[in-house]
Amino acid sequence: MTPELIHRLHFAFTITFHYLFPQLTMGLALLIVVLKSVALKTGDEKWDRAARFWGKIFGINFVFGVVTGIPMEFEFGTNWARFSRLSGGVIGQPLAMEGVFSFFLESAFLGLFLYGEKRISRLMHWFSAFMVFVGSWISGFFIIVTDAWMQHPVAYTRLPNGGFEVVSFWQLLLNPWALLQYAHNMMGAVVTGSFVMAAVGAFYLLEGRREEYARIFLKVGVTAGLLSSILIIFPTGDLAGKFVAHNQPAAIAAMEGLFHSEAGAGMVLMGQPNEETGQIDNPIVVNDLLSFLIYGTNKAEVVGLDQIPHDQWPTALPLLFYAYHIMAGLGTWFVLLMLVSALLLWRGTLTHARWVLWALLLSFPLPYIANTAGWMTAELGRQPWLIYGLMRTSEGFSSTVSASNGLFTLLGFMGLYSLLGLLFTVLMYREISQGPEPTTAHAE
Amino acid sequence: MMGFIWFWLVAVMIVGYVVLDGFDLGVGVLHLFLVRTEQDRRSTLASIGPVWDGNEVWLLAGGGTLYFAFPLLYASAFSGFYLPLMIVLWLLILRGISLELRNHIDVGVWRALLDGVFGLASGLLTIFFGAALANVLRGVPLQADGYFFLPLWTNWQPGPHPGILDWYTVIGGVVALVALTLHGALWLALKTSGDLETRARRLVKPLCLQLTALTVISLGATIHVRPESLDNYFNYPFTFIVPVGVVASLAGIWFFNRAHKPLRAFLSSCLYLFFMLAGACWGLYPTLLPATSGAANDITLSRAISGPHTLAVGLVWWAFGMTLAIGYAVFVYSRFKGKVDLETAAH
Repeated sequence: MTPELIHRLHFAFTITFHYLFPQLTMGLALLIVVLKSVALKTGDEKWDRAARFWGKIFGINFVFGVVTGIPMEFEFGTNWARFSRLSGGVIGQPLAMEGVFSFFLESAFLGLFLYGEKRISRLMHWFSAFMVFVGSWISGFFIIVTDAWMQHPVAYTRLPNGGFEVVSFWQLLLNPWALLQYAHNMMGAVVTGSFVMAAVGAFYLLEGRREEYARIFLKVGVTAGLLSSILIIFPTGDLAGKFVAHNQPAAIAAMEGLFHSEAGAGMVLMGQPNEETGQIDNPIVVNDLLSFLIYGTNKAEVVGLDQIPHDQWPTALPLLFYAYHIMAGLGTWFVLLMLVSALLLWRGTLTHARWVLWALLLSFPLPYIANTAGWMTAELGRQPWLIYGLMRTSEGFSSTVSASNGLFTLLGFMGLYSLLGLLFTVLMYREISQGPEPTTAHAE
Repeated sequence: MMGFIWFWLVAVMIVGYVVLDGFDLGVGVLHLFLVRTEQDRRSTLASIGPVWDGNEVWLLAGGGTLYFAFPLLYASAFSGFYLPLMIVLWLLILRGISLELRNHIDVGVWRALLDGVFGLASGLLTIFFGAALANVLRGVPLQADGYFFLPLWTNWQPGPHPGILDWYTVIGGVVALVALTLHGALWLALKTSGDLETRARRLVKPLCLQLTALTVISLGATIHVRPESLDNYFNYPFTFIVPVGVVASLAGIWFFNRAHKPLRAFLSSCLYLFFMLAGACWGLYPTLLPATSGAANDITLSRAISGPHTLAVGLVWWAFGMTLAIGYAVFVYSRFKGKVDLETAAH
């Protein structure tokens, strides 16, 4: 294995594991604000307990997110030193801003939210929940800005020593790529949060206990789930896809498996890209759809991989193709499931529709898979570039850290994160079985 | 000028991290020895529960600030200290997770295991941070291209081919362990009550004596290993105020602790950490990372600094953001001020 591959896997593995936690906390933060708002407005203690329950789930996920997030910032320096040396003046900026503007805010108000309920007023407690939401969503923004600059570098100039320097702070923050991806990504987080909330509600109902909380969870989870599942496809996913198509033609061609440029390009729903023969094996295609989705007319020409020099093809082409198709396929399932659930919820029969409850329960892992696949699509699509068009991935990793040292710490992280995953599951299981009712273990 | 400002802003972030996360690391070490009853355990936990992850944010924010202000230093040091940094990351993970688990799983063997992991990880982290600072003060075998890679140890000598650990950096690690344990003891004396408070306060005396001795030793060792550390002091004699401050704050810890003024004793300890770190930074300035391979390879301020526009813009948002951050910190600490009250500390 080459050092480049090891360092890529190192970052990919640790960031994939890390992002399992923030996607839930960012989504839940919004839903907790909803719960607290209803509680504040109606004075109904049940909604406060529901918020406290999800606050505990949030707290556990937050800690796992924090401890797995610290390595991410370090790895820019440890594993990607040559990249950091040149790009620090640009992307170091949003990364530092995340710490300064978001983490201080989030941790301060989370401490208040979790530990301080008895010391502050009801309104102040609502406000803490709101600030936790603001903090976590700011944090997501700065990370997307960082990634967006690597995907679509803007507002930079080169210094005499080769380093990148920002020329416009606001252009860096308001990079169109960042704005589109941010909207898309945050909807992804809300999908995860609402599916998890709905799944816990479904779980309680199927077990036949805590019905009144299950109703709350389903009401909030399904409503937010339906809205976010739609928004993630249209307009956010649609716009993000078009932007990629215009700015990273190689990425979109690989995602769609379009080996040959075509007027009236079809969309491959399923199939296996074959790099050797340059075609899709066993395809199921909808004619003209791709041209229509990108250009709004079904006869437009879409650039295929044949027009792109081979050394600029994404390096893991089949993986990119599958990741994108898994994301899109799951996205479709989310809308279908949430439409049915919302319809039943509206008619008041969701609590008895056992098949739908089972579907909701079993679907909770799927948003995690879809979000992961979405990120893989974005980052594999960027390859072979580290900074799109400016710096190749092979030019960015730490040259002083040998492949075997990298492999050693990668294996270390794999072992440690397996343990973390196990402990996390135990904690989640305990909290969910304990439920929102006050017990002696958590003194009221 | 920009270089001077950012050098000290990064230093401020490091001091902020050590002063704040320092006491919860110290509490982590101490709870292994001081805690006797269930009540003690819960008070100890509650004294750091609402604030520890906020304290750790200083590390992240400091790292981010270092990254954009001095990208070359960030790239060089982080890849060069690859192995110990990975160990630090693993320890931070274990520490955070064990603390969180203790809040949820509180039975038999689990409790003992998690307490042990939490204490051990806290102690090792203090040692690593101390050794890390000592590595920077001693210098590393930088190549002309600005990179290096350090093994964990070589012959335990600080010469031209040092390892992460040698006799000098080990002293640094021990100083940090004792200083932060003392810092944690002062925090417990401030935040807890009854028997635990008494035991914490009694511990201050021997720790303070040890720290005084270690401070003198580490100072001598630093001058021995890198005599240039004194240059700035002799060029600007008024800066000898820093070692005076170190002595005065040590005396403050001793005196205020005896006089049962726990807040002032704790603040003295904050000042001690501030003077020690500021003194180390001043000894380095304007070098950021000295080379054991010859001064030509030093990573200096002017060599590592980001572009002028980056730094000018950064100054605006940094000042704004840190003012907010300090505001939140003051607010949270004031909400949880006074002795820990287990009645209202439910998690």
